[in-house]
Amino acid sequence: MPTDLDSMVKVFSRPKSLTEARSTYCPGCQHGILTRIIGQTIDELNIAERTLIIAPVGCSVFAYLWYRCDAVQVAHGRASAVATGIKRADPNLVVLSYQGDGDFASIGTAESIHAANRGENITVIFVNNQVYGMTGGEMAPTTLIGQKTTTTPSGRDAAMFGYPIRFSEMIAQLDAPVYVTRQALYDTKRIMDATKAIKKAFTNQVEGKGYSLVEVLATCPTNWHMKPVDASRHVVDVVTKVYPLGDLVDRG
Amino acid sequence: MPRGMVVIDKERCKGCGLCIAACPQKVLAYSGQLNHSGYNVVHTEHPEACVGCTFCALTCPDIAIEVYREKVAA
Repeated sequence: MPTDLDSMVKVFSRPKSLTEARSTYCPGCQHGILTRIIGQTIDELNIAERTLIIAPVGCSVFAYLWYRCDAVQVAHGRASAVATGIKRADPNLVVLSYQGDGDFASIGTAESIHAANRGENITVIFVNNQVYGMTGGEMAPTTLIGQKTTTTPSGRDAAMFGYPIRFSEMIAQLDAPVYVTRQALYDTKRIMDATKAIKKAFTNQVEGKGYSLVEVLATCPTNWHMKPVDASRHVVDVVTKVYPLGDLVDRG
Repeated sequence: MPRGMVVIDKERCKGCGLCIAACPQKVLAYSGQLNHSGYNVVHTEHPEACVGCTFCALTCPDIAIEVYREKVAA
């Protein structure tokens, strides 16, 4: 193996639009992969100077620490509404609303749907890990039937708690959204697909096309009580059966 | 196949093992050494097998991996 770095070319390094701060996520949490993908996309589109990231409430609440971009940390669920206001006030900004499932699909349902229905020219990344991560693993609207959480200790029962909500499919019924897709991060191919989808969602906004939503199936090894590799396998075997991957709307 | 090399930032590594599973060449393994945060960090067990595919770095949630590849003569 050549040890002389002069004979080697660097083919992968930390995106320039990310700070040196270490993430606060648990080991194996795929939020970290998304952070890297977003940083890489901002680098590739060269939009760091005019990107504004909306940090939600949830595990990603510290998102403003990790990007060399402007950021706002907003009230729980209201990221899409704040994104609307910021984008309308300064249309030159590239606004990313980064939200988890408890934020986007539960407490923020009204804001999320109406921002999509108005076709706001924003990019939304919706991280679906089927659980409220930060507060200790409670049931989310996206929790699978039979899945054990701290508030459904014997598994989610449809008669009591309803069914897992396919939020992206709901958004896809609307006329306004330009791009709605569901991606995952369980292997390198999926990570590359998700990278393409996120780049497209940003490009749509830069080109003024309108609302783009990228739902990303992520793991929560801590609250799923699985090893990170087993959690990725669980996404393949179980989660994608309930939340199928692929583009739902592409009017770009 | 070009030769590759991965450089792992031990202090960023949280020992989740996703890179070990992602590596097609079985280059990576747990080192058994703890970093300052107490995580069992990953190291290059078989560095000679690395081809610089970047799969480990793509999978790393903590962006702890940098990848180098041998320059190919033009």
